[in-house]
Amino acid sequence: MSVTTTPPITVGHRQQPSSPPPGSNYLNARRGIMSWLITLDHKRIALLYLFGVLGAYFLGGVFALLVRLELFTPSPVLAGSSEKAWELYNHMFTLHGAVMVFLFIIPAIPAIIGNFVLPLMLGAKDLAFPRINLASFYFWLAGGLFFTYVLIKGVLNFTFPVLETIWGPGGLDTGWTFYTPYSTTLTQTAVVEATLGAFILGFASILTGVNFIASIHTLRPKGMTWFRMPLFLWSLYATSIIMILATPVLAITLLLLAAERVLGVGIFDPNMGGDPILYQHFFWFYSHPAVYIMVLPALGILSELISVFSRKHIFGYKFIAISSLAIAFIGFLVWGHHMFVSGQSPLANAIFSLLTFFVAVPSAIKTFNWLATMHKGSISLKTPMVYALLTIFLFVVGGLTGLFLGAINTNVHLTDTYFVVAHFHYVMMGTVLFAFLGAMYYWWPKIWGKMYNENWARIAAIVVFIGFNQTFFWQFIMGSQGMPRRYATYSTQYTRHHQFSTVGAFVMTAGLVMVLANMVHSVAVGRRAPRNPWGGNSLEWHTPSPPTTFNFDRTPYAGDPYNYDHWRYVSEEEGYVYDPPDSDDEDITRP
Amino acid sequence: MSDSDTPHHDGGHGHDGHDHPANLAHHFDSPRQQFDAAKVGMWVFLATEILMFGGLFCAYAVWRANHPEVFLAAHKKLDMTLGLINTIILITSSFTMAWAVRAAQLNQQRLLVILLSLTIAGGCGFLVVKTFEYSDKWDKGLWVGTKNLFNPRYEEPSDREANQAPGEQENQAGNESENGLGESNENTAPEMPPEMSPEETPEEASEQGPVAAPDAALQDPDENAHNDEPEVMRSAIPVPGMGPPGLSEAYSDQEVQRQETPPTPEELIAQLPDHVREKWLHQFFQVYFLMTGLHTLHVIVGIGLIGWITVRAQRGAYSSEYYTQVDLVGLYWHLVDLIWIFLFPLLYLIH
Ligand SMILES: [Cu+2]
Repeated sequence: MSVTTTPPITVGHRQQPSSPPPGSNYLNARRGIMSWLITLDHKRIALLYLFGVLGAYFLGGVFALLVRLELFTPSPVLAGSSEKAWELYNHMFTLHGAVMVFLFIIPAIPAIIGNFVLPLMLGAKDLAFPRINLASFYFWLAGGLFFTYVLIKGVLNFTFPVLETIWGPGGLDTGWTFYTPYSTTLTQTAVVEATLGAFILGFASILTGVNFIASIHTLRPKGMTWFRMPLFLWSLYATSIIMILATPVLAITLLLLAAERVLGVGIFDPNMGGDPILYQHFFWFYSHPAVYIMVLPALGILSELISVFSRKHIFGYKFIAISSLAIAFIGFLVWGHHMFVSGQSPLANAIFSLLTFFVAVPSAIKTFNWLATMHKGSISLKTPMVYALLTIFLFVVGGLTGLFLGAINTNVHLTDTYFVVAHFHYVMMGTVLFAFLGAMYYWWPKIWGKMYNENWARIAAIVVFIGFNQTFFWQFIMGSQGMPRRYATYSTQYTRHHQFSTVGAFVMTAGLVMVLANMVHSVAVGRRAPRNPWGGNSLEWHTPSPPTTFNFDRTPYAGDPYNYDHWRYVSEEEGYVYDPPDSDDEDITRP
Repeated sequence: MSDSDTPHHDGGHGHDGHDHPANLAHHFDSPRQQFDAAKVGMWVFLATEILMFGGLFCAYAVWRANHPEVFLAAHKKLDMTLGLINTIILITSSFTMAWAVRAAQLNQQRLLVILLSLTIAGGCGFLVVKTFEYSDKWDKGLWVGTKNLFNPRYEEPSDREANQAPGEQENQAGNESENGLGESNENTAPEMPPEMSPEETPEEASEQGPVAAPDAALQDPDENAHNDEPEVMRSAIPVPGMGPPGLSEAYSDQEVQRQETPPTPEELIAQLPDHVREKWLHQFFQVYFLMTGLHTLHVIVGIGLIGWITVRAQRGAYSSEYYTQVDLVGLYWHLVDLIWIFLFPLLYLIH
């Protein structure tokens, strides 16, 4: 299809040191703000998402720092009177959780990295539905604006209490879980606006999932069978399935919640014949699988990075691919482990606990396959690989502590303590953030056509890692000693733990500022990136950095994505150059 | 194959070079691929729809399992004939829709437009019948929510005023301060189902003030022990002034105004003869309106979509070469139909 007359694109290609001529790639193909705001190019939409999501991350990060500041001492820090400080604290941890979960972690890897990389890996010109892709971004933006509105209203109400009588309650203090009946009948905050925001964000998620599934089903190029897809695509596929199946349930849950609050529909209210536990079932039916919406793409990225930087074929390809689907499937059956102490029947508890342990099997399959891939590989510790290794560590810590929470007896002791907080920060935040940063560095040259400063990037990675562990590892200890979560104050026995943790949060912030500075510096004055700086063999490395608007001059032929035999390092290019095999016509980019 | 679409295009089979058929987006290799992608996307989207309604069906199941007697009694308020008519209308419109897809595949342009129009007529017919049903419920004061601002009638004090013992007003004031909801009670108290009071003897009423208030029951369980209703039913009594106090306050102005023009409570009572059953209507109708409301919303969206492709079909946009949109909208319409097929027996045919 689409045979063109352009010359072959890879063979013997050498990078030119000059800056790219205008119109030569997707970044400078068109000019003007509108060319970005109404773009249908998946790469530009990915960048729109990048800036939006980073904005949300900044917001959520500020809330996190405020939470840690309040916890620096048991006495009020954020405000003079304890009453005001505690109220503020409730808003801070709620908005931190809601913004980070709905606006940052869920879209981060699929909507930014996935949007950019998925069509490239498929050798396609775009996603199957470019308009829907753009619509998804604007749904995300609209949902984000709802949260911003809630936030601004809350801040203004807090500063000028008279405003609340004019335009109603603001802020949000329910926790990101919106548990009933507090959220429906008691709290005086902007629950309806926030749930509507989350509802709209659900559309963004669903549309992305529809797009990815349709693209993977129908846009795969010649030669790319299901079991020749890069593993990142498998993980995105599994993620999309979860998005499709779980998000609508959250949507209807939030609608019911809003209906209950506004109309007094009694579905979650025992006084009106409803059942508050039903809300928890609904909520966790979405929100447990949502954890895998966050984590699976991160694990897919690890599979790519570890193979490329070990210069070794991925070990156990089919097992890793199937394990993604297995995690997605089992993930739908374990939501009750969030409700062990909710009064759920002991039989249900036992079943949910057992099923929860099953999740460990595919997770361990992945981990062992990564280790086996690295075994006897020639590992190069470039920044993406550094992040990959750190991510494995965090994932293992998060996963193993999950066993304590999956077991009913220890769960009863640890539930609603800082142990839980530490656990899910390791799994959701540690794993996802580190894999996300690794992916950003890995595809950075492809996105911007610029290299970053390798040494500073590595140093920043270590600083972030130290800060992260300093913040959260101590919380395991605090939690096992009984420090409850979501409390603004605590008995003095925990003072040192909390202070250590707060300092860690600021260390991590410093590391992230270094990451950001490096990236800004790279875009501004970075060295021009070669087509393939790392020697990967998935299709995105077969096209220039940055790619043209339509990605490929011709529909490429896909071989084994983990076969690196034909990429040769050329030092004057500072990157890899493709040496097409002579006889084996399966592995070349051919017309 | 007559005229049809693709006017600026050389024959429809030319994959030579960049020359794509008119309806083929640039990033697809072939019309087949584009059609497959759209179809996969639509099926996946339909899966999300099913899951969303699945959540509601699940809530229905939980509610019905908790209060079977409510569902049994309350569904009789629905007009089964109208429900049946609507079911037949929707099934017929699904049939014309399926036929329309076939007509597009066979390039029968005129027939396609006629069948699409018939499908729209079916959808509109459904809405008309639904309007009759909804307005009938509205007239009877059966509407979603306890304190909803959309239906003044339900909140009116019906027979309660008549049964009010002297001095109850003070008791009520005492209650208000107890449940901590303050002045909002005053406006929302009439929301209490009008059927409550006849059950109480006047003595009880004067002893306990608004006996119906569950918080009174909670505070003093023994007092209510002689109440011959099952526990589960009593716990389901709507509480006066329930709901977020902040919101109730915001509506208070409107509610006060409504009370100035009260509808006739006698009519209400006449329509609600059996108070033991009636008091549960409310619960059932929350489920009913949530489920059918969401479904009706989908019908409206479906009519809009079919209207859009009808206009396009009239302009000759579809042919045996390109009928993706007809096919996809058809799928959507079948799903809307299918959901109703489940809703009808679950709501109208309870035994
Ligand atoms: Cu979980």
